[in-house]
Amino acid sequence: MDHRPQAWGRPRDDIYGAYDASYLQTSGPKTATQSPVVTGTSVIAIKFKDGIVMAADNLASYGSLARFTDVKRLRTFLDTSVVGFGGDVSDMQFLDRHLKELAIDEAYEHNDDQQQQDDDDSHHKSTPGTALNAANLHKYLQKLMYRRRNDFDPLWNQILVGGLDAARKPFLASVDLRGTAFTSPSLATGFGAALAQPIMRRYAATDEDAARLTREQAVDVVKECMKVLFYRDARSLDRYSIAVVTKDGVELSEDEQLERQSWAFAERIRGYGTQTV
Amino acid sequence: MTSIGTGYDLANSIFSPDGRNFQVEYAVKAVENGGTAIGIRCKDGVVLAVEKIITSKLLKPGANKRIATVDRHLGVAYSGMVPDGRHFVDRARDEARAWRDTFKTPISTADLASRMGGYMQAYTLYQSVRPFGITAIVGGFDSREEAPVDGEVGSGPSCGAGGKVSSKTHGGPFLYMIEPSGLYWGYYGAATGKGRQAAKAELEKLDLSGAEGGITLEQAVKEAARIIYVAHDDSKDKEFELEMTWISGADGPTKGLHQEVPKALREEAERLAKKALESDDEDEGTEEKKGEEKMEE
Repeated sequence: MDHRPQAWGRPRDDIYGAYDASYLQTSGPKTATQSPVVTGTSVIAIKFKDGIVMAADNLASYGSLARFTDVKRLRTFLDTSVVGFGGDVSDMQFLDRHLKELAIDEAYEHNDDQQQQDDDDSHHKSTPGTALNAANLHKYLQKLMYRRRNDFDPLWNQILVGGLDAARKPFLASVDLRGTAFTSPSLATGFGAALAQPIMRRYAATDEDAARLTREQAVDVVKECMKVLFYRDARSLDRYSIAVVTKDGVELSEDEQLERQSWAFAERIRGYGTQTV
Repeated sequence: MTSIGTGYDLANSIFSPDGRNFQVEYAVKAVENGGTAIGIRCKDGVVLAVEKIITSKLLKPGANKRIATVDRHLGVAYSGMVPDGRHFVDRARDEARAWRDTFKTPISTADLASRMGGYMQAYTLYQSVRPFGITAIVGGFDSREEAPVDGEVGSGPSCGAGGKVSSKTHGGPFLYMIEPSGLYWGYYGAATGKGRQAAKAELEKLDLSGAEGGITLEQAVKEAARIIYVAHDDSKDKEFELEMTWISGADGPTKGLHQEVPKALREEAERLAKKALESDDEDEGTEEKKGEEKMEE
């Protein structure tokens, strides 16, 4: 056996073969953070007349392994906005800490802002508060994500930001790991963009449609979408978080269970897996 | 002060032969000229209140706040030299942030008081600096719930973590006062600035033990307003603004945050304070006020 210090801790060449040194790159760009490791799947959200509803399940997957089953992927900001994270969970933790710091900074100067809103709502519209609202927060995150992408060190997330804008109207927008940002009456990340978005568009194709939705309808649509996602997305879970943002603040429930599931449709599925049609 | 002018008061970090540091004592004098600041710790929270003297009619009402938020659950009120206070607050915010960066959890009120006490004390040691001309009152509510780690994503195992004793309670309301020497104590009720003697006398009458019978947060807000009004000396300063903040637990009105007292409640407290003052004047006349001033000398 080779007892030289260079060989300590190494698999023995005579048993395992020579070590493939191509894994230890000594030149070229660092790529450690350019692929996600522990990931969350879809986040979905829809506007309604007084605010927005957002939901994401409580699963963090390690590849295809359902690794963590109580992960909170919806985060509140200053009790005025909610941020939903899809993609890498450690990058989400980084962002969450960063946003918390930002929220503390905000509280230094603006701890009487909420009070002004309570005092006089109509007055508030003409002189909007100076605290960060959801639209500002979304812009901030977009700049952050784009900058990180240009540093070749992206945060591997697709993010939905929901809340109210400066005019106190419902606001919903998304930003991804490339810094691409857009807004829509309903939004979904990941698999949800294919599976949940068409359902939500039936109820809120335009802002006018969304302005006719009540809170109860919006919550029902989102819950229905979460069920469809659980049926069809293999990296999803039947426990989820749901947040409703209105001008009264954020109501976040982090331990919801999918109800009234019916797997009868599964019988009819043919054409893959172990079935032979 | 018999030893004044003997040369021992010219530099910081030099003791006089009878063991005093005059620069620190002069700093205390600077505090004694500042607007009154008080803090009340009661069973379900902390109230901070400041008598902000209006030095000019050209200043915007409600601007230039004198009570600062340091972290979500921490506030600082101070009396004395305002620029020194601003620097103190900046440093406290840095400390709170550094704590979060290191431990991923909010700093406790006691730890912040300890850090800031140490910081103030360091300014009594060197020739190149002068002591802080402020006395700061630090109030905070340390979370009673299991403190979440910042950025934590899951709740971890549902049992067996950290050897917690289920009957033991954690956190709660805390109040500290830090003096220019760096000395700090925890208090039930703290007062500093011009009207501290009268304010302390009033604070001592309250039941602040934190026991069941003690006053509630809302009562404390009203008492704080009253005490500031009692401690205010009309003959010296005509106008002042009452500034009040409060911190409750997660189940209270501020949800564990340090916030300004809502306008409606503050105005109600001020109304009661003025009323109490009027009836007081009728009862006792002006005699007691003179007595208090003598005590202060």
